[in-house]
Amino acid sequence: MRSLTFTVAAGCLSAGLAMAETPVLTVYAPDYFVSEWGPGPKIEELFEARCACDLQFKPGDLLPRILLEGDRTEADVVIGLNTDVTKKARESGLFAPHGVDLSPLTLPLEWTDEVFLPFNYGHTAFVYDTTRIDTPPASFDALLDAPDDLRLVIQDPRSSISGLALVLWVQAVYGDGAEAAWDKLAPKIVTATKGWSESYGMFTDGEVDMVLSYTTSPAYHIIAEGDETKKAAIFPEGHYFMVELAAKLAGTDQPELADQFMSFVLSEDFQGMIATGNWSIPAALSQDKWPEGFQKLDLPEKVLFYTEDEAAELRAEAVEAWRRALSR
Amino acid sequence: MAARALAVSAALALAFLTLGPVAVVLARAGGFATLGPGDWQAVRFTLWQALLSASFSVVLAVPVAKALARRRFVGRALLVTLLGAPFILPVIVAVMGLIAVFGQAGLVNAGLTALGLPTIDIYGVHGVVLAHVFFNLPLAVRMLFSAWQAVPAEHFRLAASLGLGVQAQWRVIDGPLMVRVLPGAFTVIFVICLTSFAVALTLGGGPRATTVELAIYQAMRFEFDLGRAAALAVLQLALALAAGLVALRVSGQSGFGAGRDREVPRWDGQGALPRLWDGAWILLAALFLLVPLLTAVMRGVPGLLLLGPDTLRAAGHSLMVALGSTALCMAWALPLASRRGELLALPAIAISPLVLGTGLFLIVRPFMNPFDMALPVTGLVNALMALPFALRILRPEAETVVRDYGRLRTTLRMTPLAWLRLVWLPRLRRPMGFAAGLTAALAMGDLGVIALFADPDRTTLPLQVYRLMGSYQMEAAAGAALLLLMLSLSLFWLFDRGGRVNAAT
Repeated sequence: MRSLTFTVAAGCLSAGLAMAETPVLTVYAPDYFVSEWGPGPKIEELFEARCACDLQFKPGDLLPRILLEGDRTEADVVIGLNTDVTKKARESGLFAPHGVDLSPLTLPLEWTDEVFLPFNYGHTAFVYDTTRIDTPPASFDALLDAPDDLRLVIQDPRSSISGLALVLWVQAVYGDGAEAAWDKLAPKIVTATKGWSESYGMFTDGEVDMVLSYTTSPAYHIIAEGDETKKAAIFPEGHYFMVELAAKLAGTDQPELADQFMSFVLSEDFQGMIATGNWSIPAALSQDKWPEGFQKLDLPEKVLFYTEDEAAELRAEAVEAWRRALSR
Repeated sequence: MAARALAVSAALALAFLTLGPVAVVLARAGGFATLGPGDWQAVRFTLWQALLSASFSVVLAVPVAKALARRRFVGRALLVTLLGAPFILPVIVAVMGLIAVFGQAGLVNAGLTALGLPTIDIYGVHGVVLAHVFFNLPLAVRMLFSAWQAVPAEHFRLAASLGLGVQAQWRVIDGPLMVRVLPGAFTVIFVICLTSFAVALTLGGGPRATTVELAIYQAMRFEFDLGRAAALAVLQLALALAAGLVALRVSGQSGFGAGRDREVPRWDGQGALPRLWDGAWILLAALFLLVPLLTAVMRGVPGLLLLGPDTLRAAGHSLMVALGSTALCMAWALPLASRRGELLALPAIAISPLVLGTGLFLIVRPFMNPFDMALPVTGLVNALMALPFALRILRPEAETVVRDYGRLRTTLRMTPLAWLRLVWLPRLRRPMGFAAGLTAALAMGDLGVIALFADPDRTTLPLQVYRLMGSYQMEAAAGAALLLLMLSLSLFWLFDRGGRVNAAT
């Protein structure tokens, strides 16, 4: 019995020593990050080459899981948060300032957040197929006035981040007239799906004419499929800004590694890879360094965005206006 | 005595796993939150669509199952297996298949346009009901079909020699059989439809088709309002329990007595008109259930070549989970195969996977790392979720065995082991095979609770389908979905077939 105890203890000890040799950085990431097609494997490869550590992704729900775990969370860093949760995340006190110099950022708007660090962005947009629509609506107003047989699919703002961004987009463009705008849009909306994947699947299957997606979606088709027929309709009223963020946990047991990771996020290595890795625009890379397919994208001149406090104030009523209009 | 202790511990484990997680979430939230007007709208819609879906599924199942039970034709066994497929399809695959058939650009509308007729629109309450009937008609058909198969051949022979007409046979055999099977089938399907979420959203055409499960999802993952999530989850459980109690009151208990297990030759319905009638029902059901399936297969074939090692590994994990769930579920179900057991298990389908997952996460976390528990927890939860189906299938047969052979047991003073080996297991072989097949296939396709327990190295196949879609890999996702469909169906077929060895059907 004693020898067994000893063996077990020795086993634990040597496992502990092995751990001490290669420190582990635990990164919580959204689910799609870690598939062979997501950005996770490339991030892991690039970062491990410079840190002499073991980067481990733990995919799944981000904020709900961290809030459940509280200060006992295993995460050192979280990557892939959206602006809809930053307020709640900030108020939890579980995150620490990133300490990264923000001057390299090339976002279309000013970003001064000390906790949440952007790594890529895009905008909400309605994506269409040029072989099916010759002249897409040239503005949001034109979309509202389009004939009712124009078939749109959107995402539900209560279960999807892009759906929520659409509701805020309509709010930003139409203000008090948002509900009336939804009334005009309602007959064209075929359905509101749970998430982006279902919507986009319906679009690629030819079930709808336009899908609520991102300005960056056509880049995937251009680069990966050599297909230039998918385009985002650009509206002069502006498009809602969608950014993905990384943050460091205050209670991390690997503070140096976490800091190193945070500065890696804005490095040229990371930024050069993320465009085709995550099909989004790099947050800190000048346009001439973007992959060619991204340089071909139609991008909006005007970008709309609510700060987290503004969004928190507007959100419930904006979603409710959407629900009322689409329930009629 | 031992059997009783086993039943009690199985029941306790069940109660702990359904109520424990809700209680833990509730404790963490510090109490229920109040529900808003949107929530009550969701409750009304949820009940309404569940009622419609369950009614249509059960009513349509009667002629289909009757036709299948009394007709013999080449490929009948294969058809019976394939007709079960929609029930075990992953939701997203089934919905895409339905859209390919009934959607704007679908086959039905293409046909209607070619004939110069107005097109149909699938999006709305009717779309939700259509999808739910697509999923659950097979379950209802199989339950009825199995019950018809279990009627001793002597009854049909007697009915034939007495020259009973259609109405008389209905009164003596078919009617009582309906009363015994339909309320249970209706309840199970009603409760499944209570927790529907992605189907309702995609085909419902917008927020009119909001279900309680969506409100739970929103509260849990978007607003992190545990109190509201718990309140909604309890409401969902209460609705399921109420449905179960009603069904228990309604369902009759009549059995048919023992027979000598001969193949059931049927003398009824031999005229031209009944043949045509049965043939039409079989054809309609086959078209309705198999064409969307076929589109999913066709869509997936090119994607099969794109499947990488990650997807194959995920398939391996899913197989492991499925087999583990099946073993656990069978061991759990046998001691609980009674009226009370079935009622107790019903809430397991109605409990929100999100609340269940969160509750288990909170329970497991103080003791071990939840990430290491990803696959065991998935297996456990899948066994739990399949338990109500397994009991629905096993319970009527199990009770019949006790009623028909109980006296024999007493007369012969059989030991429990001999009873188990000589009577119980052989007699339950067919329903057990069916239940095990169903459990395995359901566990293959479930996405359930994994969101909080995910581990990159232990992905399951349904999760991989979503990940591929999330990275624009629609074609590869269709291929992975086809792989999932093939594996689920194979497992289902193997178990179901195993239960029917030596049987002519």
